[in-house]
Amino acid sequence: MDIFLQQVLNGLTLGGIYSLVALGLTLVYGILHVPNFAHGAFYMAGAFVSFHLMKAFGLNYWLAMIGSAACVAVLATLAERLVFHPLRHASGLHPMIAAIGVLLFLEAGAQAIWGADFNRMQTPYNGIIDIGGLTLPSQRLLIIVGAFTLMVALQLFLKRTVMGSTIIAMAQNRDGASLVGIDANKVAMLTFAISGALAAIAATLYAPINLVYPAMGNLVITKAFVIIILGGMGSVPGAIVGGLIIGFAESFGAFYLSTDYKDIVAFALLVIILSVRPQGIFTKGAR
Amino acid sequence: MSAFVNALQGKIGWTLLAVLGLLFPFIAKNDYHLTVMSTAYIFALATIGLNLITGYTGQFNLAHSGFMAVGAYTVGILTVDHHWPFWWAFALSGFTAAALGFFVGIVSLRLRGHFFSIFTMCVGYIMYLVIEKWESLTHGTVGIIGIPAPGSIGGIAFDTPRPLYYLVFVFLVLGVWVMSRIVRSLMGRTFVAIRNSDELAESLGINLMRNKLLAFMLSVFYAGMAGGLYAGFVRFLGPGIAGVENTFDMTMYMLIGGIGTLLGPLLGALSMPWLTQYLQFLQEYRFVVFGPILVLLVIFLPHGIVGTYMGWRARKAARAVPVTASSAPSAIGASMREGASHV
Repeated sequence: MDIFLQQVLNGLTLGGIYSLVALGLTLVYGILHVPNFAHGAFYMAGAFVSFHLMKAFGLNYWLAMIGSAACVAVLATLAERLVFHPLRHASGLHPMIAAIGVLLFLEAGAQAIWGADFNRMQTPYNGIIDIGGLTLPSQRLLIIVGAFTLMVALQLFLKRTVMGSTIIAMAQNRDGASLVGIDANKVAMLTFAISGALAAIAATLYAPINLVYPAMGNLVITKAFVIIILGGMGSVPGAIVGGLIIGFAESFGAFYLSTDYKDIVAFALLVIILSVRPQGIFTKGAR
Repeated sequence: MSAFVNALQGKIGWTLLAVLGLLFPFIAKNDYHLTVMSTAYIFALATIGLNLITGYTGQFNLAHSGFMAVGAYTVGILTVDHHWPFWWAFALSGFTAAALGFFVGIVSLRLRGHFFSIFTMCVGYIMYLVIEKWESLTHGTVGIIGIPAPGSIGGIAFDTPRPLYYLVFVFLVLGVWVMSRIVRSLMGRTFVAIRNSDELAESLGINLMRNKLLAFMLSVFYAGMAGGLYAGFVRFLGPGIAGVENTFDMTMYMLIGGIGTLLGPLLGALSMPWLTQYLQFLQEYRFVVFGPILVLLVIFLPHGIVGTYMGWRARKAARAVPVTASSAPSAIGASMREGASHV
């Protein structure tokens, strides 16, 4: 039973991270209808900026996280202005290829600046917490609490503030949003900034129990795509639920099936689900 | 001048390219240059395949390098572990890729646009991970070492760079010729109709699924064959060949030359490796330069070099011929008749 609960906690950790990354991706898709392949590179950049801030400037973990969220938010906004904005009227294929260009650029850039080595990020939370026989590294607990707090905050921002509502309005109906005076450019920039900041925070939370290296975003972004297809492209609750599903599938898959193939679980799940329901599980007809 | 350019466009241009290819070993300074060019030919073959499904049919397949790996591993596994002769294994390489393509296709081609691309990206990852983890079949991360060189044909042994170069060259010429037949045929036009509009194609009576699947299988057949050649040429295989980065490279070749044209992807695939050679000091960091180039191309030159040139020529021709009232309706009538014949 303890082992089972341990897997549940692992699933929550993974799911929390995946949801944060998928949320950024799904928000951007909702606004621009572009699958942002560069999102994984934002995630990677977030980890490296935090790592750098802590190592070179001696900032503490939390300040580094805030700093990196700000940096990547600026980076994402720049990408929107320089790359996706000029392509907003282009056909489906071209923005996708442009996103790949941004991805390749950021990955090679990170490698040029920080090298291809695997780095370990320090965390002030090295302890292990013992709750009624369950052992839990405190960094994992931090991930779970941090990720879900952020999700609630994002949900409140989207539902309760005017600024957040403009994002939802824009995702629901572009023309309608313009008619009531919402500035499409501002919303697009805001959305990219939020998605970048979410990716950076997710990366900084997860990096201490993982490693920091230039290709670290690739697997995460691919899983995030799986999640938003499962949850419905552009849907915020879908991204959270989808993230948890993949997180649990992976932690249980690694334990009960095979650690070697745990990364395949998510993709296999996608293939099976899309074979049965090409439109995803939570959506109605949109594909 | 324009007659000269027109000639370059047609048969004379292709002949010129072929002659250049034939003479290249005599121009090349050393074996290294031959090797670079031969590798470029192999990837050009795969890129031409990718262009069929992406450029002509409009479905961006991100698992293309995975299918190339399937072809390569077919040759690697059969020759090294089962001691097949190279040519027997090579003959199968395109077909294993196409057979797998059939099953991937019937699931993935039901999805449209972005969803198809994201789905195939996931399929590509599965292929990569399976190759990396299934050690008893693929030798895992160690890779397959000691793949035999292609057996000699008619007394020509393929164990030195020059005969290998010609071998690869022959397959590239064959591949380009077959592709030119495909895209000019009724089938090719059907693919273009699907790219231009799913609904329109369907209303013309085109069976979407069957044609998309056909394009997909043909496209990965090219990838598998290129992979088979790659295995015989490099004689070492690792999981890296299935990496999505290779698909990204091919996408770049395709886009720079001109997506959806016959000549464009070929030119892109043959010229970019040389540019990489000259930017060798950048090596791992070449994408610091190529990434922004890709973005700039997409924004400012979305049809690539060949596509932009052809568009410019078409506009020039349109200006040169004054449209008279009588010719316009007959042109429409002709195109309608042509459209009807496609049903």
